[in-house]
Amino acid sequence: MTKRWLMALGLLVSVFSWQAHAELVIEITGGSEVALPIALVPFGISGPAGPVDMSEVIRNDLAGSGRFAPLAKQDLISQPHEQAEVNFADWRLLKAEGLLVGKVNSVDGQTYDVQFQLFDVYKGQQLVGKRYQVPASGLRRLAHQIADQVYQALTGDIGVFATRLAFVTVIKNNDGSKRFALQVSDADGANPRTVLQSKEPIMSPNWSPDGERLSYVSFENGKTEIFVQEMTSGRRDSVASFKGINSAPSWSPDGKKLALTLSKGGNPEIYILNVATGNLSRVTHNSQSIDTEAVWLPNGKEILFTSDRGGKPQIYKVSIDGGQATRVTFEGNYNSSPDVSPDGRFLAMVHGVSGRYYIAVQDLASGAVQVLTETGRDESPSFAPNSRMILYATERNGKGVLAAVSVDGRIQQRLGEAGIDVREPAWSPIRK
Amino acid sequence: MKVINLVTVSLLLMAISGCSSLGSSKKDADSMQGDVAVEDRNADSSGLEGGRAYGSDMNSEKQVVVGEDGYQDAQFNDPSSPLSHRVVYFDYDSSSVRAEDLPILEAHAAYLSAHPNVNIRVEGHTDDRGSREYNLALGERRALAIRQILMLQGASINQFQVTSYGEERLAAEGYDESVWSKNRRVELTYLGR
Repeated sequence: MTKRWLMALGLLVSVFSWQAHAELVIEITGGSEVALPIALVPFGISGPAGPVDMSEVIRNDLAGSGRFAPLAKQDLISQPHEQAEVNFADWRLLKAEGLLVGKVNSVDGQTYDVQFQLFDVYKGQQLVGKRYQVPASGLRRLAHQIADQVYQALTGDIGVFATRLAFVTVIKNNDGSKRFALQVSDADGANPRTVLQSKEPIMSPNWSPDGERLSYVSFENGKTEIFVQEMTSGRRDSVASFKGINSAPSWSPDGKKLALTLSKGGNPEIYILNVATGNLSRVTHNSQSIDTEAVWLPNGKEILFTSDRGGKPQIYKVSIDGGQATRVTFEGNYNSSPDVSPDGRFLAMVHGVSGRYYIAVQDLASGAVQVLTETGRDESPSFAPNSRMILYATERNGKGVLAAVSVDGRIQQRLGEAGIDVREPAWSPIRK
Repeated sequence: MKVINLVTVSLLLMAISGCSSLGSSKKDADSMQGDVAVEDRNADSSGLEGGRAYGSDMNSEKQVVVGEDGYQDAQFNDPSSPLSHRVVYFDYDSSSVRAEDLPILEAHAAYLSAHPNVNIRVEGHTDDRGSREYNLALGERRALAIRQILMLQGASINQFQVTSYGEERLAAEGYDESVWSKNRRVELTYLGR
């Protein structure tokens, strides 16, 4: 390794050193009474232990979801690592409904052989059992994937622990200047990595449906501009830098188009951009109002968006081919930042009441609205890909933090961190 | 060697992303000192096979860093001149200009009219409540309201650079009206050229 390379490395390390303090940690602030008792036996380890404590990652995922109540470690009656070592009667006494056991074997110090088995304790049957070979760098992700399989087998819902979060962080320097970063972390907030860093604001990250690209707004050239960035290569393209506002990008369900807000015609309007061809079509034509924050319905043919055409911001629906928009929200005089659940059933939004802003959810079929949060400084709702949780930005002790709430409001999570502002979260789709 | 690679990648990246406005040679030199850097974080996950390639996308997102575009102030520092007032404030969720600000705007319009080669940046801002995207649009609406008044009084449309930062550049931080009212503003900046 040459001296120059070491210098370059030092530069990068200095850029990244603060990240060590930026890790998000999930904290359950309100739980569900129906949390399922489950026994999570620490995996047996043979050979050198890997860099990740998989059992701990799985435990944190399942406990953090609010839907499981893992038995305390000291209550585990024995330490089985495979079916032959399991005495189901013992676990029935402990009233565990599920039992997870497994083994991690180091094959050559770099590759790991991992197996797990999940049992229905009362039936004494295996529900899922799998074996994998992964590199050390894949252990954390595999732990999340095992947690997903446990979650799915016992709740019937799709697990989202192996997904990712994108969000914007802001650090204030001593000279008053700021440093903005677009970061991506695991769904539990662990393992944050910076994908874009800038001295100017970054806004509105939005995942492509395949999870390979993020679109976002960057002020790096002194005005709003929409970029698409490939996650793996780091390649980024400016896709909209018209005169006026270029903002609120939202990927279509087929991943080919972006809905955007552009004010190049003198007023903020919704447009649809074909990303490959650059072809642009205008959706809204309302020269007196702000039309922005388009999100797609799963049918790929209609969008919801925020408009103050009625005097105050409300959410409307319109076909991407244009035509008459219909109003969707009627409760309260401030509803904005729509996000539609991937199953198409719910609309999450920012709901303003007397200058305070909450996350609310509206059942799109019945129109019923439920306010889910309490701080009054809540914004930027983003659905989990399983439609069960809503990630959002709020404030605690004067700092922007992320939190999540279940669609029924019963499970509240906080993703705490130390010292830096976090905002504008976007929950990734499920990786196929 | 790797330093050179890093710089090459940075420059390639700037070319790809069309950062021509970053492109003074001084800026480029700054960039080479580390402001624009791409890091390959994929180095530890190469060559892995498996039933499914678990881990192949862990830490695989590349980092991109971008610099700042700047602009210059002109000389308007005489406190007795209305031209020294270059911030106009607004009511909540409003883009209506207050009567007390009209004399200030008249003076700026007269200056622009008398100096057709001078440009002005009109930058709209909001307080930090509610939707960031909606606030971005509201900031633009405020900036356009100011531009409209300046144009009605003689400034020419091509003297303007209108920008909105929404709630992304707060003048003050806090949780009450005294703070919010400082943030709901349009800032005027004369551009030397």
